Parts: sequence; structure tokens; C-alpha cells
Amino acid sequence: MKYLKHLLCMILMLFLLVPGAAASESKGGGVDLQGILWGHIKDSYEWHVTNIGDKPVIINLPVIVKTSDGWYTGWAEDFAEEPIEKGPHAGYRPCKNNPNLFIATKGNYERRIVELQPDGTEIRPLDLSITKSVCVLFIDAILLVLCILIPASWCRKHKVTDKAPKGFTGLMHMFVMYVYDEVIKPTLGKESDKYAPYLLTCFFFIFVANIMGIVPFPPGGGNLTGNITITFFLAICTFLVTNFSGTKHYWKDIFWPDVPAWLKVPVPLMPVIEIFGIFTKPFALMVRLFANMMAGHAIALALTCIIFIMATMGVILSSSMTVVSVGMSIFMMLLEILVSFIQALVFTMLSAVFISLARVHEAEAE
Amino acid sequence: MSLLLPDAGLLFWMTLVFLVVFFILWKWGFPSIIKMVNERKEYIDESLAKAEEANLRLANIQKQGEELLMEAREKQAQILREASETRDAIVGQAQEKAHEESARILSEAKAEIENQKQAAIRDIRSQVAELSVQIAEKILRKQLSTSAEQSQLIDSLLDEVASSKGTESK
Repeated sequence: MKYLKHLLCMILMLFLLVPGAAASESKGGGVDLQGILWGHIKDSYEWHVTNIGDKPVIINLPVIVKTSDGWYTGWAEDFAEEPIEKGPHAGYRPCKNNPNLFIATKGNYERRIVELQPDGTEIRPLDLSITKSVCVLFIDAILLVLCILIPASWCRKHKVTDKAPKGFTGLMHMFVMYVYDEVIKPTLGKESDKYAPYLLTCFFFIFVANIMGIVPFPPGGGNLTGNITITFFLAICTFLVTNFSGTKHYWKDIFWPDVPAWLKVPVPLMPVIEIFGIFTKPFALMVRLFANMMAGHAIALALTCIIFIMATMGVILSSSMTVVSVGMSIFMMLLEILVSFIQALVFTMLSAVFISLARVHEAEAE
Repeated sequence: MSLLLPDAGLLFWMTLVFLVVFFILWKWGFPSIIKMVNERKEYIDESLAKAEEANLRLANIQKQGEELLMEAREKQAQILREASETRDAIVGQAQEKAHEESARILSEAKAEIENQKQAAIRDIRSQVAELSVQIAEKILRKQLSTSAEQSQLIDSLLDEVASSKGTESK
């Protein structure tokens, strides 16, 4: 308890120092809050970790682009750090190895590699670069596979009569079985084993990506589930699984539901609504996960940025705001951990519900 | 707006990575964990049920043992009671018999003594009679040693007879 007091005092003292450091950092002008936010939330070709002094610490990532005259492979550092200021290519960061490739800093393809035609129009080439998000995706995937295969290999190596596993294996067994018993089993019943691998993969993929997104430095720090592409893909997967496992009765309910006839003929009102519903369900899944995670990242960043914004407004104000900001950030961090779990669970649960709705049988429906 | 539009490159990598991860986890990951944990659960449930049964059995055995013990104690007590009863009965019988025997012996002894006494009394009587006869003889012989004395006696005897006749005639 005594040490705790000392520790608290020291942290508070640090808070008083932070604004000074922050003020020196942002001496060159106001804080570019929008730039910081978009830089963290959106994808980028290089992984900007932090700045030490004026020198940025960047993890260099490969660029793979199919231009109009064949494949181009290189590194993110091949592109100039600052955009060209004047001339026909103003606002573009040129590539030193290919005269046609640029990273746009404005327009429709902001922060993306574009190919500039001689007449000045932008073409978006097929871009398979290992961007920051792709890199984070690889890391998360490897982590996920390890997290599941280690406990799974324990299962293959041990007999039922052996002692219960301890530590990480035990934790993962518990975790997997929690999702299986509490979410998948009650919704899907007898068919749970058929769909469990997909739903569990979804759950743990989202959960690992969410948690890794909270970690503020590599290998975490990517905004993977807050990227619409990822949630789009996951929603598409659920959409495909749902509709491919749809029974005859499910399709009958969509095209010829049990409603008064005037709702179906001559204007097929209900079928249209039902068909619309097929697409809105995964769309809701996609937007929910994306918006939750992106908002979490945005708030966490904004709260941290308060320190730097307030740095120029005098010591007392900035110090007190720093305390508030750190307190809020800690709160947001904890909330984000909760949200990470809840969103993964909600996605899995709703996917399970959609699948179970598609697996409806005549007998069960009556 | 670009925030809300899926990016082709990332989508490509995501598809690839997710499908590979899904395949790996589907093939070697989740099913084995689920199977194992469910089997373990069943095994544990079974073991618990068995333990319960064993406990019940043990309790039964204990109960039976206690019952047996109680029974044995009761039997022991009963046997002891019976034994003491038998002992008492035997002792009583023996005492009774002894009483009877002693009474019988006593009465026999009394009868014998009585007989002896009667015999002795008879004996003594006969001896007294004999002795008195002898004494009387001796006395007579001594007193009748002289003829005067003899005639005196005869006289006295005659007197007596006469007196006794006289009283009879009266």
C-alpha cells in the first residue's frame, strides 16, 4: 500500500513533465490531429511505429503492384516521403524506380498507389502490396494458428484419462468451449459440430485482431477489424455459408412466405423485403464490427492527442488535462478490451443465428 | 469515403489468409479440442457418477457393518443374559437339591437316632430288669441266709397276700 502511494505520486509528477515534452514536440505548429487519426486508422504502405526525435521509426514493407506495363515490386521506402510541391505531379509522392507510380496524398485515391497517365488521369493499379494491414493480418493469423494449434496438439497427444491441462492450454480449452457451449450449441443444436469450426475461426480471428489492435506497438497496433475490407470479407463468408446451407423451407419462406396473399401477388412485397433481408443481415454484421472497432481506435487516439493539443495552453491547464486524458485513456483501453470480446462474440452469435435460421426445417417451423 | 470502400489488395490477402487459417484450424484445430474436451467432460461426469455410487455403496456397507455390530452386541447381551439365567437356575436347582438332600439325610439321621435310642432304652430296660432281678436275688439270698429270717419273710409275704386279699374282698 505504501509503495502504491509512492508510485501514484511519481506518476503524477510525470504528468507534470509530459506537457513540457509535448510542447517542445509540437513547437513547429499546431497538432495535425486529423493526420494522426487517419494515419492510424487507415491503411498505409509503411509501418510508422514512432518518432525518435525527428527521425521516424518505420518498418519497411514490400510493394507489389501490377501496372499497365507489368508487375512492379519494390519497397515502401522507394517512395519519397514528401509529395512534390509544384508541377503536373504536385501532391503526389513519386517512386524513384518507376516514373509512373505515385502515392497520392489527395483525391479519390488518397494514401494509395496510383499510376499517372501522361494526360494526368489517375489509374488505380492492381495493388497486392504487403501494406501495414496485410502485415498485421499475417501476424494475427500466425498468432491465431499458434494459439489454437498448441492446445489442439495437446489434445492429440493426451488420452482422456490424463490429467487436465494447465496454463495456456487449459485457458484456451476453456475459452473455446465457452464459445462453443454458450453461443454455438444453444443456437445450432445438433448441427453445431458442422458449423463450429467456421464460427470459432471467425470468433478467434476477430478477437485476436481486436486485442492486437489495442496493443499500441508492433506486433500489435494495426487497425484490422476497424478496416471495412476485413469485416466485408467476414460478412461475405457468413452470407455464403448462410445461403449455401439454406434448406428448401428457408427459400420457400423467402419467395413464398406464410402471409396473406395480397402481400405476395400481384406486387411481391414480402419476397422483395425478404430478399432485401438476406443482404441486410451480413451488411449489419459488417458495419457493426467495423464501426465499433474504428470508433474505439479513434477515441483512444483522440484522447491521447488531447495532451498534445493542450500542451500549448499553459502548464496548469495542460497538466490537469493530461491527468484527465490519461485517466480517460486507461478507461477507454479497458473498455476496448471488453468491446473486443463482445464484438467478436456478437459477430459469432449473429452468424450462428443466421445459419440456424437458414437451417430451418418444415417440422421445426410448425 | 475511401474509409468505407473495401480495398482489393487487402481483400485478396484477407481471403487467402482467412481461408488458409480456416482450413488449418478446421483440419487440426477446433474439432480435436471440442472432441477432447467433450470426451473429458463425459469422462469426468462418469467418474463423478461412479464416485457417487461408490460413496453410496460405502455408506451402505458402513450401515450394514453398524447394523451387524449392533446385532452382535444384542446377541452378546442376550447370550449373557441367558447364561446368567441358566447359571441362576442351576444354582437354584443345586441349592434346592442340597436342601432336599440335607433334609432327607437329617430326617434319616433322626429316625436312626430314634431307633437307636429306642433300642438303647429297650436294652437298658432289659438290663435294668435283669440287674434288679439279680440284685433282688442277691439281697434275698443274703437276707434269707438264716431260717428265722426265711420264716419272717414267709410271714410277711403271707401277710401281704392276706392284706391284699382282704382289700380285694372288701
